[in-house]
Amino acid sequence: MEFLLAIITGLLYAAGLYMMMRRSLVKLILGLIIIGNGANLLIFLLGRITKGSPPIIGEHEKLLSDIYADPVPQALILTAIVISFGLQSFAIILVKRAYKVVKTDDLDKMKATDEEV
Amino acid sequence: MLIAILAGILFSILLLFIGKWVKTKLQLLPALLPLGLFIYFAQFFPAIAAGEVIEQHYNWVSSFGVNLSFRLDGLAFLFTLLITGIGFLVFLYTSAYLKNNDYLDRFYGYLSIFMAAMLGLVLSDNIMSLFLFWELTSISSFFLIGFNNKSEASRKSALWALGITGIGGLLLLAGAVILGIVADTYTISEMVNQKALIASSPLYILIAIFIFGAAFTKSAQFPFHFWLPGAMKAPTPVSTYLHSATMVKAGVYLLFRLTPVLGDNTFWNTTLMLFGGITMLYAAIHTIFRKDLKGILAYSTISALGILVFLIGLGTKEALLAAAVFILVHALYKATLFLVTGTIDLSTGTRDVSVLAGLKKIMLPVAIAGFLAALSNAGIPSSIGFIGKDLIYEGTLQLPNNVVLLTSLAVITNIFISYAGYLVGVKPFLGKLPERFEMTKTPEIRLWLPPVILASLGIVFGFVPSLIQDSLIKPILSSVAIDASDIHLKIWHGFTPVLALSVTTIVGGLLLYFLLKPTDKLVSFSNKLEVVSPKSIIEKLISLFETFSGWWTRVFQNGYLRNYVSVIIFVAVILMAYRLLQDTSYVIDYSSFSKLTVYEVVVLVIMVGAIFFTIFAKSRLAAVAASGVIGYAICLLFVFYSAPDLAMTQFAIDTLTVILFVLVLYRLPKYLVLSDYKQRIRDGILACSFGGLISVLALEVLAQPVNEEISKFYAENAYILAHGKNVVNVILVDFRGTDTMVEISVLAIAAIGVFALLKLRLRGHEREQK
Repeated sequence: MEFLLAIITGLLYAAGLYMMMRRSLVKLILGLIIIGNGANLLIFLLGRITKGSPPIIGEHEKLLSDIYADPVPQALILTAIVISFGLQSFAIILVKRAYKVVKTDDLDKMKATDEEV
Repeated sequence: MLIAILAGILFSILLLFIGKWVKTKLQLLPALLPLGLFIYFAQFFPAIAAGEVIEQHYNWVSSFGVNLSFRLDGLAFLFTLLITGIGFLVFLYTSAYLKNNDYLDRFYGYLSIFMAAMLGLVLSDNIMSLFLFWELTSISSFFLIGFNNKSEASRKSALWALGITGIGGLLLLAGAVILGIVADTYTISEMVNQKALIASSPLYILIAIFIFGAAFTKSAQFPFHFWLPGAMKAPTPVSTYLHSATMVKAGVYLLFRLTPVLGDNTFWNTTLMLFGGITMLYAAIHTIFRKDLKGILAYSTISALGILVFLIGLGTKEALLAAAVFILVHALYKATLFLVTGTIDLSTGTRDVSVLAGLKKIMLPVAIAGFLAALSNAGIPSSIGFIGKDLIYEGTLQLPNNVVLLTSLAVITNIFISYAGYLVGVKPFLGKLPERFEMTKTPEIRLWLPPVILASLGIVFGFVPSLIQDSLIKPILSSVAIDASDIHLKIWHGFTPVLALSVTTIVGGLLLYFLLKPTDKLVSFSNKLEVVSPKSIIEKLISLFETFSGWWTRVFQNGYLRNYVSVIIFVAVILMAYRLLQDTSYVIDYSSFSKLTVYEVVVLVIMVGAIFFTIFAKSRLAAVAASGVIGYAICLLFVFYSAPDLAMTQFAIDTLTVILFVLVLYRLPKYLVLSDYKQRIRDGILACSFGGLISVLALEVLAQPVNEEISKFYAENAYILAHGKNVVNVILVDFRGTDTMVEISVLAIAAIGVFALLKLRLRGHEREQK
């Protein structure tokens, strides 16, 4: 399973990058979302994956024992997901706004800083 | 001593407050500063003459070996007297020269800072603080050259001077650091003891090259000399003070100071002789192609600096003695000639030597100063110049080899220099006064007294050399570790070859003066040769560099986001691939991996499908939906692999993102394929290779053992310390609570941004477009 996950992480990166290199702003944001997912998955995978034992301390115990999923990467990813949402929502609204002003979502046409775009 | 050095800087700060009065009533006040300093340093006269060395030490950045250690020895003493003494006369002169200038206070400020820097430079025993003051002199020189900042030529010259001497400063820093490492000390007086160690170090050549670079740029040696004639755009007091008497000698000072550390070495001696020799001859010949008084003086100054470097290069006791005397000689007569030029310029409004004549009727004292300086400059007996010139010839005559070549080189140079002196000090005052100058007013006392004082000193020392022999000259040689007890400065040596050479020089100079008249023809002739001068060559190099960097910027900073991404990814791929190819085991231990189950495979297949669908979808809505599917698939993976919190968060966020996207979608233009086929193939290959590398990287990491120390800490303490059972939540809100709070603030800022963008009212032109 880890092998397949490694492959799919690479695939997510590749897809994200490919989308980021397109000219459309919407694709750029989609690419960012995908590459973000890829990064999350990479961290998750490298923290080693464990089935069926979430890092939650049992009813009558005081500490985690036996086998448990590593809580540290999970905490990192949780933060990353939330932050990336902040970025994405801002970017999406910005695209909308930019389109209203410059009437295009083609990045190449947004290069000029002058008003006549 | 520290206060004395910093006095100039403190005074310039004070000028901020009292500037207005300095411009009007208190014009003479600034001159008291160098006068006071001169008196302070002159107190050390008996001590220095007795061979003492005065030292003061303040700890500064001791951990780096950088301290404020000051050391007043013979060499430093001569320079401090020149700096403060000529400084006083220049300050005095300035008060009349720039009488009605609106920025007189600013000028004094720069001049005081310069004086402080120069004093610090010559007194520093720590090579790092020497560097610091060295740079400060360059900077204050920049402001002084560009003082007339409304003139473009001035600003340009200032920039040139700063550029050239600034590069020199960096070289000095490099040289100083290496020297400090090799000698294991930054204190110059301690380096002298490490001479053998430094000379045997493989870094010796490098140190010498860096020090040469610093000295040659500062002291205007060929091919870096051209900033000095440019610096003549500065007001004349500046040219007098910085660009003839003191600052340009800093390079010579450095070489002199380091002679006992780096000298007595073939590389050191030949390089200095070569560069000094070329400079002195090149610049001396240049003087006949100039008719601007300051231009003539600039080139004769370069030539004199060349002589000094040449003499230090010879390195013998006689040559160093000649250099020591010549520093003083040159400062006295050249400063006089500059001040004379300034007075002529101010009174008549021209510096063109071909029209100036007969001015002695109007300004007799100035004429006397000019005559006396020209005498000293030409080395006519009874002037200190005669002694200086004699010593130079003695220095070259006593060399073991190449005597004829080097001596004739010195004679030719001196002939041209004495010609330049006659031209500036004598020619403007003799002959018939042209009509246009008849109405010229006699200059006031402050404009002629300083040059007269300087010129007379040259004659006084010439008649009574014993005045300076023990107090000034001998200690200089002692400070570069040479026994000077048997030195006698004499006016009359008897009929020796040296005398013959002196006579040749004087006669040669006079012949040139009577035969050669500065004309426009000569000036335009030299202008034609400008094309191959070092200045034009460097200018061409600079414009080539500008073209290159323009091209570089256009190629790499082209404003296309995808190009930036491609370049970054491309470089990352190359670097990572190189590393991975070198030591990757490619052994995958499947046994350590968990087994595949059907539902996992189904999720992965859905995910792969969604990824491809996102990329190739023809409609935007479909692409967004597919990216949502990717998110949900990852969410399921989190569920499988024991991360319930992640799954919940991912689910919520993914849903929100898709909704947000769909909400704004209908406003956007058509979803088009904008790039061509080739471009997409290229990007595809790049993206795939990067993705592939990530996969390999992940597998490589998985093959390494995992460190669980941190996880273990949280697993054991989550309940005991923080009383929470969900360890991930405890980490976020308790152990790393501050981080989480900052994260929430980021979200809040993003939310404000979103809100602002949504509510932003369109202004004029935007509304029209709408």
